[in-house]
Amino acid sequence: MSEATLVEVSAADDHSGQDHGAHMVTSTGLSNNKLAMWLFLGSECLLFGGLISTYMLYRGRHTGSPGPAQLWDIPLTSVSSFVLLMSSLTMVLAVSAAQQRDDRLTCLWLTVTALLGSTFVGAQVYEFTSFYHEGVGFTTSLFSSSFFTLTGFHGIHVTVGIIMLMSLVGIISRSKIPGDKAEVVELIGLYWHFVDIIWIVIFTLVYLIPA
Amino acid sequence: MTTTEHSDHIEHDEHGAAHGDAGAHKPNSFYIQVAAALAVITAVEVGLYYLDIGKLFMPALLILMVVKFVTVVSVFMHLKFDHKLFSYLFYSGLFLAVGVYIAALMTFRFFDGG
Repeated sequence: MSEATLVEVSAADDHSGQDHGAHMVTSTGLSNNKLAMWLFLGSECLLFGGLISTYMLYRGRHTGSPGPAQLWDIPLTSVSSFVLLMSSLTMVLAVSAAQQRDDRLTCLWLTVTALLGSTFVGAQVYEFTSFYHEGVGFTTSLFSSSFFTLTGFHGIHVTVGIIMLMSLVGIISRSKIPGDKAEVVELIGLYWHFVDIIWIVIFTLVYLIPA
Repeated sequence: MTTTEHSDHIEHDEHGAAHGDAGAHKPNSFYIQVAAALAVITAVEVGLYYLDIGKLFMPALLILMVVKFVTVVSVFMHLKFDHKLFSYLFYSGLFLAVGVYIAALMTFRFFDGG
């Protein structure tokens, strides 16, 4: 890093309100932003735990309407699971690039992650649409209500993640200091990986293990 | 190494230590290998769905699910390399959720199919 860039970093630390906290000395010696993100993810476990439990309780309640055995398209869901898993790889590569202060590569991997996430959401929309055409809507049965609520909430989380990723690409593109958003990339990366691990659980408990 | 480069390294190391991510920097090839292993496990899971392995089916799927879950959390989310406080925060939420909802499902006599 050149002398001039070091001066720029110091100036940014002094005047940027957003990133100033990342360099502050805290009582724990850890980033408060990162602590807050882990706490948030811990609380999200309770949210998804409730939704998964509700589905497990009601997955057999579909008298007179198609149930999981008739509806599931395992090959499609397997491919979309694989796509989301690979998006975790591209996300960790983005975090790695950000820590090496390579903004161009960071933006590239973030964009690829967002595209893979969009593919997953597209597959989910297709799945929901096909279920609807087969006569299974949100209020058709307790099974369908709990299924759409669980997977819908997950889909919303993925969509929010995609919006954050693309916003981050825009912010990094306009930033003049290489690597100054490394912590933000890491925090959004944690959120994205969390969305992935929730799907790992949903894929096994909802799709692969029969009711 | 010049003085400015040395300062840059010190600054970066201090920044990393403050975030509790010392030792988190792994080569990209490591992450690619882990992702390949996760993809293989997913393929095995889907394969088990189509095979008839009797009573081993559910335990096998649950074990593979836990392996994938822990791998992503430990490696991709860097929890294995990060400060222990992050692990306490996340796993306390996770175990609280698992405990509470297993208890709740048992009250519905879930395991009796009632």
